[in-house]
Amino acid sequence: MPSTKQNMGWGLRLWVLAVAVLLLAPTLVVIPMSLGAGQTFEFPPKEWSLRWYEEFFSSPQWMDSVITSVQAALLTGVLATVIGVAAAIGLDRGRFPGREMLRSAMMAPMIVPGIVVAIAIYATFLRWHLNGTLLGFVLAHTVLAVPFVITSVSASLAGYDRTVEVAAASLGASGWTIVRRITLPLLAPGIASGFVFAFVTSFDEVVIALFLQTPDIRTLPVQMYDSITLEIDPTIAAASSLIVVVTTAALLLPQLIRRRRSDA
Amino acid sequence: MNPSRSHGIRISGVSKVFAGLPRPAVDDVSLDIAPGEFMTFLGPSGSGKTTTLSMIAGFVPLTSGSICVDGKDISGLKPHKRDLGVVFQQYALFPHLTVAKNVAFPLQQRSVPKPEIRTKVDEALALVGLSDCADRLPRQLSGGQQQRVALARAVVYQPRALLMDEPLGALDKKLRDQLRKEIARMHRELGMTFLFVTHDQEEALTLSDRIAVFNNGKVEQVGTPTELYERPATLFVAQFLGESNVFTEDGDERKFVVRPERLDLHAGPDSVPDGHQRRKAVITEVVYVGNHHRIGLRFDGGTEGSAMRLAGAPLPAAPGEPVIASWSPSHQTSVQGG
Repeated sequence: MPSTKQNMGWGLRLWVLAVAVLLLAPTLVVIPMSLGAGQTFEFPPKEWSLRWYEEFFSSPQWMDSVITSVQAALLTGVLATVIGVAAAIGLDRGRFPGREMLRSAMMAPMIVPGIVVAIAIYATFLRWHLNGTLLGFVLAHTVLAVPFVITSVSASLAGYDRTVEVAAASLGASGWTIVRRITLPLLAPGIASGFVFAFVTSFDEVVIALFLQTPDIRTLPVQMYDSITLEIDPTIAAASSLIVVVTTAALLLPQLIRRRRSDA
Repeated sequence: MNPSRSHGIRISGVSKVFAGLPRPAVDDVSLDIAPGEFMTFLGPSGSGKTTTLSMIAGFVPLTSGSICVDGKDISGLKPHKRDLGVVFQQYALFPHLTVAKNVAFPLQQRSVPKPEIRTKVDEALALVGLSDCADRLPRQLSGGQQQRVALARAVVYQPRALLMDEPLGALDKKLRDQLRKEIARMHRELGMTFLFVTHDQEEALTLSDRIAVFNNGKVEQVGTPTELYERPATLFVAQFLGESNVFTEDGDERKFVVRPERLDLHAGPDSVPDGHQRRKAVITEVVYVGNHHRIGLRFDGGTEGSAMRLAGAPLPAAPGEPVIASWSPSHQTSVQGG
C-alpha cells in the first residue's frame, strides 16, 4: 500500500489540494466568523470574542434544540444499527425469492428525494400522532439512517470468511455463542462506522425535521433554519461550528481508535 | 497431554445428493475407522472425500445412511454436540483472538475452570512447538504456524477424533513436509483417531495406517499403503496411487498392472530371465529425477508406460531404440475397471 501512496506526482497533489480546499473552505470560514466580536458576520473578524458562544449556551431555545438533536441522534444511531446489522446479515446469508428487491427497498431512502420522504412521513405521522414527538424524529431519521448501516456492515461481510463460524461450531460453540463471540466482534468495525453514520445522518437532518417540528420540540438544524429566517446574528455561526466539530469528531473517532489498535 | 481413550467411527451406507447435480456427491459409502487409527481419504477433487468428512463433522446433512461414533448414531446431532476436532485447509483461526485465546475457545465452551484452561493451553501449544507465540494474533504468524495453532485448538479438548481437511494444502513444499512429520508425531503421542483428507498420494502413503481411495463418490478400495500400492484392486487406484504400466491379457479384456520399478529392461531377448513376462517397447525419453531416471516407454500396440533406473545404473538402450521389458509374474496385479 505505501508504494502507491508515495508515488503521487506534483500535479496530482495540487489537484487533491484544490479539491480539499473547495470542499472544506466554506465550513472552515464559519469557525473564525463565530469567534468575532461584532454585531454582524465578519470574515476575518476585527476583534475576537466568545460572546456568540455565550449567547448560544445561555439561550434555553438553542439548548433545548441541542438536547433534542443529541437524544434523537443517539436513539436513531442505536435503532438504525440494530435494524441495519440484522438486515445486512439477513440479506447476505438469506436465500429467498425477492432478496434483491428487498435490498433495493431498504436502500431506497438514500435515493428518493428527501422532500418526498418528508411529505410522506409527515402525512403518516399526522395520523399516528407522532408529529412533534421525540419518537417521531427517531423513527423518521431511522428510515434515512438504516441504508448507511446496511452499506457499511455489508462491506464488512464481503470480506468475511464464514469458515471461522464452521470452525467455532466444531469446537463446541452453539449458534448464539458464535454470533456473540465470533460474528459480531469480527463485524465490529463495520457496525461502529454504521452507528456513526446513523448518528450523523440524524444530527444534521433538516428537511424531515422541519415538517415534524412544533414550537415545543425542534432539532438543532431546525432551530438554525428558524433563526436565520427571523433575525440574523452570529449565534448561528457558533451553532454551525459546533455541528462541524461534533460531526467531524464522530467520523474521526472510529478511525483513530482503529489506528491505535493496529499500532498496538 | 495424556493419550485419550480412542474412539471408532463407523460410516454405513452414507449418501449425499446435492440438488441440481446429476450424480450423488457421495454414493453409498461404508467404512469402519478403528479406534486410534490414522485413516486417510484419498482422491481427486470432486471425488466425495471432503463431503464425507463434512458429514462426519456435521456440517453437511446426510441424504441417507448413518454415522456412528462408539456405536452411537451421531448423524442427527448438530456439529457443536459431536465432540470431534476439525482442522481446515485455510486454518480458520479466529482473527480477533490471540493464539492462546483461540486454543482456549473450545475449553471455554466446555466450561473448563480457568486454571485448568491455562495448563491445557500451555500443554497444547508446547505439543505443536509454539509456546512463545501465545500472545500473538494469527495474522502475525506464518501459514505453517497458523496451521499448528489450528491443530493445537482442535486437540486441546481431547475430542473423540481429529478430522483434517487438506490441512497441508495451503502450505509450500518444505513446510508441508515439516508439518506432515508433526502430524505423524502427534498421532503417535496422542493415540487419537485421526481422519485425514488429501489428494496427495505421498501424504497418504507416508502418514496412514489405512487409506480409502475415493472416486466419483464411491470408495474404490480400502487398505494399508502397501496393499494399495502393491495390489491395487482397480485401474483407478493403480493410476492414482503412483505410476503403473497397464497391460491387457492376451485374448482377454482383463487388465493387469506392473509398477515401473518392477520392470527390467533388456537390449535383447537373451538376458530375459526364465519365467518372466515380456513386452517389446521403444524408449521415448529418459528423465533425470535426482536419485533415479524415469524411462518413458511405448509398448508394441501403442500404450505408454514407464520404468525406473537408480542413478548410476547403466541404461540398456538410448531414447528411440527398441528394448524388451520383462517382469516376474508375481509382480503383476489384475485390476478391474477402465
